[in-house]
Order: sequence, then C-alpha cells, then structure tokens
Amino acid sequence: MPVIEVQQLSKFYGQLQALDNQSFQVEKGEIFGLIGPDGAGKTTLFRILATLLLPDQGHTRICGLDGVKDYKKIRQILGYMPGKFSLYQDLTVEENLEFFAAVFGSSIRENYELIAPIYSQIAPFKDRRAGALSGGMKQKLALCCALIHRPEVLLLDEPGTGVDPVSRQEFWEMLAGLRQFGITMLVSTPNMDEAELCHRVALMQNGRIMAIDTPEGITADFGHPLYAVRASDMYRLIQDLRSMDGVQDCYAFGEYAHVKMESVIAGNQHQEKLRSFLQTNGHEKIDIKVAAPTIEDCFISYIKS
Amino acid sequence: MSTIISTDKLTKTFGAFTAVNAISFDVMEGEIFGFLGANGAGKTTALKMLTGLLTPSSGKATVAGFDVWKQPEQVKQRIGYMSQKFSLYEDLTVRENIRLFGGIYGLSMPIIREKTTSLLHKLELEPEADKLVKSLPLGWKQKLAFSVALLHDPRIVFLDEPTSGVDPLTRRQFWELIYEAAHQGVTLMVTTHYMEEAEYCNRLSMMVDGRIVALDTPGALKNQYQARNMDEVFRKIARG
Repeated sequence: MPVIEVQQLSKFYGQLQALDNQSFQVEKGEIFGLIGPDGAGKTTLFRILATLLLPDQGHTRICGLDGVKDYKKIRQILGYMPGKFSLYQDLTVEENLEFFAAVFGSSIRENYELIAPIYSQIAPFKDRRAGALSGGMKQKLALCCALIHRPEVLLLDEPGTGVDPVSRQEFWEMLAGLRQFGITMLVSTPNMDEAELCHRVALMQNGRIMAIDTPEGITADFGHPLYAVRASDMYRLIQDLRSMDGVQDCYAFGEYAHVKMESVIAGNQHQEKLRSFLQTNGHEKIDIKVAAPTIEDCFISYIKS
Repeated sequence: MSTIISTDKLTKTFGAFTAVNAISFDVMEGEIFGFLGANGAGKTTALKMLTGLLTPSSGKATVAGFDVWKQPEQVKQRIGYMSQKFSLYEDLTVRENIRLFGGIYGLSMPIIREKTTSLLHKLELEPEADKLVKSLPLGWKQKLAFSVALLHDPRIVFLDEPTSGVDPLTRRQFWELIYEAAHQGVTLMVTTHYMEEAEYCNRLSMMVDGRIVALDTPGALKNQYQARNMDEVFRKIARG
C-alpha cells in the first residue's frame, strides 16, 4: 500500500485552477520531490495533504486514511513544515520544541533519538528566542518540531528557500539520515538541482504534473543531442543560434548557452557545423562541448511541448 | 572597457563589530558581476555603501565616477534596483507604476510620458497599459520591473535574487534581458543565495566574515575549488 495517495485532485481559487486533476503515489520510505516554480500548485497540494484545505475534486489518503473523513487521525501521524517559518518567535528554541511535543501528548525525551542529530546542532542556542535564530537554525528547529511526535509521513514545503547552500546541503543530509526510521518524505523545491537528492520527482507547472520518474529516468528521456556553447558576446550568440538550421532550441545556461539539436547525427558533425556557423557569423572565443541534459533542460522541454 | 565601480579598502564598523573589512575590487562597464556571501557575511552592508545609503567608516569607493562618501546623491541618480520579491506596486496599473518610478527617479513629466510610450511599445504592453500589475503573468511583470529599473538610464542596476522561484523558461527570458542590457553597456550587480543564478555572471565575488575571499569567473572558481558547480564552490569557501 502506498503511504501517500493523491487521486484526481483538483482545487480552484475563484477562476484560478491551482490543481488540475492530478494523481500520484508515494511509497514507504521514499524521499519524493515536487519540483516546480512559484505558482505550480505545490503549497496547495501540501495543504490538502495536511488536512488544512479541502479539495474541490478527488481525494487523498495517508497510510490508507481518508484526507477528509479521517483528518484527526492523519494529523497524529503527519509532520508538516510549512514554507513560511511558523514557530513561535517569542518562545525559545527549547520552549517551542516542548510546546509541539506537548500538543501531541508526547515529550522531548520520548522521541529524542529521532531528532538527536539535528537538535544537537541547535542545542547550544536552546535558550535563544526562535525569532533571533539565523535562517539555517530556524529551519533545523522547524524540522525538530515537525518530527517530535514521531510522524510516519513528513511534508516539507520549500525547506531550502531563503537559506544558503551550506545550510541547504546540511538539511538534505538530515533528511537522508531520517530514512532509517522509515519516515516517508514529500519535499517541494523550485530548485531543479535539488531533484537529484530525491528518489523520485514530479515536475510541476501550472497545477499539473508534467512528468514523474527517478531523476535519472527523467534526464534519460530528453531524447535530443545537447551542446554547451559559449562565445564572447552571449547575447548575440543566443540570437544567432536560434536561427541556425537543425537547432530546435537555444537558451542561456550559466556561463554557457545550451543548444538542443532537432535530431541525432553520427560522430561530431553537430559540433563541426556549430563551429563553422559561429565562425561565419563573426563570433570569437568559441567553446563547444557535449552537455548532459539536466533536470532543468528537461523541465524547459516539458513546458515548451 | 572602463571601470564603473572601484573600491579600495572599503570598511564599515558598527561599534566593535567589523561588518565589511577592507574590501577592494573593481567592476567593469557592461559586466554582469555576482556579489555573493552567506547570511551575515557583510554583503548587504557593502551594497548599502555602494548605493549611497550608508557612509563608510574608512576606505574609498567610487560608483559611476562619484565618491560614495562625498557624493551619495549623485551615485543614487545613476543606479537602478530590482528584486524578485519587490519591484512593482501590484495595485497600480502598468502606466501608474511607470509614472511613479519615473517621478521617484526625478524625471520630468514630458520625459515620463515619452518613456511610457516607448517602453509600452518595446514590451508590447500597450493593450495592458491600464491593467493592474497583479493581473499580468510573471514573465511580463519581470520584464516590466527590469525596464522600470532602467527608466532613468542608470549606469548600474542592482539585482537582488532577480529570478528566485520562477520557472526555468521565465528565468531564461529574464537572463536574456540582462544580457541585452549588458550588451548595451549597462553594468549589472547581482546578489543572490541561489548559485544557479550565480552561474550566469561574468565574474563573482564571495564574501566571508566581511572580507572578499574569492573573486573570479564561475569557470575559474569551479576549477580552483575542483567543484562541479557553484553550489559546491560556495560550500567549500563558506565552510573554510
């Protein structure tokens, strides 16, 4: 039995359809990523799963419990970390944790082993008010509070937003550490590069899931030769490449532009053609190399198709 | 290419705390320069000095040819600012936003009218001119916000996390606008937490504890720190 089941779920806000008849399942112990930009419907989906919002159509199940009828039971087995910091800013670190443990009829001691590796990092600041913590520490405290009742399912809405790459990596390491307790995790992020840290991901845009697979499965599905190209004038480079025969798409990608070719040609003919085209158009410092498609390349392809 | 921003041992102390510790660097005209650092590294303080909002404790900085210490008002007139989080007033129309920011930047009404016409034409937003900004799709809002930041023909535009949270396609379209501005000689100073944005800059500086500890192209930094991407570079530098 899947731990999280979403079936034909729809949600409207007035005219706006935040979720459009979407279905997926998450298995026990998985770290499942919802990858998509602001406005994709990630938070709406989380709120429905957390029994805080009623869907207009379809239904959800957590560990077999119905999202509407059994909401009280679901809340006992669910940990939810909203995207916005939602702890009590005027309570200390320790008071927040005690409070959330007490609300669930538990205590810090009872489930300490679960949070020990995380809490030990913020324990030196246990008498500091939550509002005075840095972004990374707030995030760790919020995770402890979401875990203190030993949930079976953890919903994490954009935990990486607003924290620097060091704290973000530490956070993902903590999530990996929680797998030993059999906790199933649903994590959302707008950062495509975090997809590879999940077992499976759903790529979301405008209330729809465009693809569900392992990160490797998604990139293996790209299906077109891809090159990374740079030259001294990137603005002109991109404009020119879009007009070249055989190029399906071209867009900025970090220091390079990614060039997606229409079809596969044997050998390095594509590279030779690209080089001579750019030389003919007067580009300088040309650098062309084969690129492995990333989740971001795939996301762009899905949006455009 | 000439130097557009130049700092020499620029320093800011608050009591016993040194927020910015003798930073020296140059930014060239038409460059896309990433200004990075962890929370509390001193980035915001440094930027406040460069935008004429905070007086340095010691050291020097010139921005667009003006001394930030002696001529902060001249500096402010030559810079623009845009952030993903806040840029336009959602409850004003497209036209009203242009007029408001034109007025804030001290443009005269005839010039504002002229700029409004040309900007609406360039962005193909004429049919939307009298619609509320909140009704526009995100990609259009971004284009408008960036154009508004360029309204007074600034030499430098400061961009704060310009594309965080947007979809990859909209992000591309936005970077192309930035490339276009740079192509025309505008200098872009980008601050961000997101290393996927940092990858697009020509050069990057990294601040740790008030100092600039690394400054180079993204490619050279990745080589130097033997990292696959800027995220890894950031972690290696910030963790020491």
